[in-house]
Amino acid sequence: MTNLSVDLGFIKLKNPVMAASGTFGYGLEFEPFIDLNRLGGFVVKGLYYSPREGNPPPRLVETSSGLINAIGLPGIGVERFSEEILPQLRKYSTAVIVNVCGEREEEYASVVEFLDKREGISAYELNISCPNVEQDGLCPALSPEATFSVVRLVKKTTSRPVITKLSPNVTDVVEIALSAQEAGTDALSLVNTFLAMAVDTETRKPKLANIYGGLSGPAIKPMVLRMVHQVAGRVKVPVIGVGGILTGRDALEFLIAGAKAVEVGTANFIDPESTVKIIEELKEYCQDKGVERIETLIGTLKT
Amino acid sequence: MLKDPLARIVGKKSWGDYFLLTLETPRISAQAQPGQFIMVRVNVHPSPILRRPFSIHSKNEKTIEIFFQITGLGTELLSQHNPEDSLDILGPLGKGFNAGEALKNKDVAVVGGGRGIAPLYFLSQELHSLGASPRVFYGGKSQEDLPLKEKFEEIDIDLTCSTDDGSFGFKGFVSDLFKAELEKFTPLHIFACGPEAMMKKISGIAQEKNIPAEFSLESIMGCGFGACWGCVRRIKRDNKDEWVKICEDGPVFSGKDIIWEEEDA
Repeated sequence: MTNLSVDLGFIKLKNPVMAASGTFGYGLEFEPFIDLNRLGGFVVKGLYYSPREGNPPPRLVETSSGLINAIGLPGIGVERFSEEILPQLRKYSTAVIVNVCGEREEEYASVVEFLDKREGISAYELNISCPNVEQDGLCPALSPEATFSVVRLVKKTTSRPVITKLSPNVTDVVEIALSAQEAGTDALSLVNTFLAMAVDTETRKPKLANIYGGLSGPAIKPMVLRMVHQVAGRVKVPVIGVGGILTGRDALEFLIAGAKAVEVGTANFIDPESTVKIIEELKEYCQDKGVERIETLIGTLKT
Repeated sequence: MLKDPLARIVGKKSWGDYFLLTLETPRISAQAQPGQFIMVRVNVHPSPILRRPFSIHSKNEKTIEIFFQITGLGTELLSQHNPEDSLDILGPLGKGFNAGEALKNKDVAVVGGGRGIAPLYFLSQELHSLGASPRVFYGGKSQEDLPLKEKFEEIDIDLTCSTDDGSFGFKGFVSDLFKAELEKFTPLHIFACGPEAMMKKISGIAQEKNIPAEFSLESIMGCGFGACWGCVRRIKRDNKDEWVKICEDGPVFSGKDIIWEEEDA
């Protein structure tokens, strides 16, 4: 019997596969397709304190093996989330992680302060890296100081575990990772989307109303894998790999490179059963290779 | 809403760049309502990465049909599939047309422009079986853009056609044809699907005449079932307007709720 569970220190996941924020709605959208109990966990769509509209359309454009989005974090806000969604998620015995957003540092703190009074949340993932909400993709994850400051503030506010989601749009992601670790983050998720754009050559207009968006999907996987490998070798906190995972083999690459768990994103659109299929593929791999505990594969890259 | 990873193609017809595929998918067929759609995975490789949305064009006991025009890479790849191939589909998705008992024995109008005719065949059949009297107006650029003309005629539906170039039927836009015909009859309800500019005109005419109208909107979609928030449209309801997901709250909306796009300057 293969043991797929992984221990992040602050939480034990039944398997290393989670669904990534922004690609999984509030989880309930996937009920017609999969049993959410099968997942290691899922990260719900980014929440600001108040409801938000998001960006005008077009919000999506496909590129070679990738997808650029400029959704702009629309959402129902903490109150409606707590009243309407959270009670429906209580029946699941899987890690429910809330992706936390803020226009200013204080907003991150007020979101977790509000949600701390509610049961049924395993951890927060700090979204300090969305490229679609400020001009030119500006976000705290672009600076070690801003990262430190917001992580420190949230850690002071809540006793729940905090995962900090980093941006790839930086010169040195290790520097930002170390900064988040110093501020007390319990884990890091790498990475949010790559700032990107596409042009309609017929009209000479940008294909996204927002001009810039964030690139995800298999196109970014090799770059994310490199970042996960770099960061995992330098930090003590667990690293969660997010970027272009479509298959069990993709997930394994991340584990071998040093990620303790993965988040599956864009694949959920291609196939809403992706997460469950990836878990099956991990199990098959372990059985074929005689791996009893998947944890023993983590960070075993031979160089 | 469910997934059928093996919806077998059991029929294929084509007219130039228009295609009609018949898919054997008993469970999705059983649930399908006029105006709903399916998401089709057009290839196994991740480029293009997204599924493509298609209105359900008709249904039979175990099958559904989709009707589409090649407009890009996704539809081109889909057009290359042949009978006996299987497609991975999700459906039926979204909220369809309100073709209810209230329309029994009433005149209703169905207006389709170009490939926008796709969901209106299923709707017309439904209206017919309800005992309503649908009059269908079908417009295209040219005669070749009316490939489904015979199909409507076969089910004994009152069909009037228009072409922009006058190669068949009324010469001009289908919205102009429809406006002219409204001098002669007054439908209780209007259903339409087609290019944005055409639907906007029909909506204007409907509001002028105070006839309720429903429109099926098109959008690029990420998931098709409400998770990605990629396919939004400005909709006004209860005195406020907001971005609403076409896949989940639509694709069919009431004309009075839709905020129509401004024409490009």
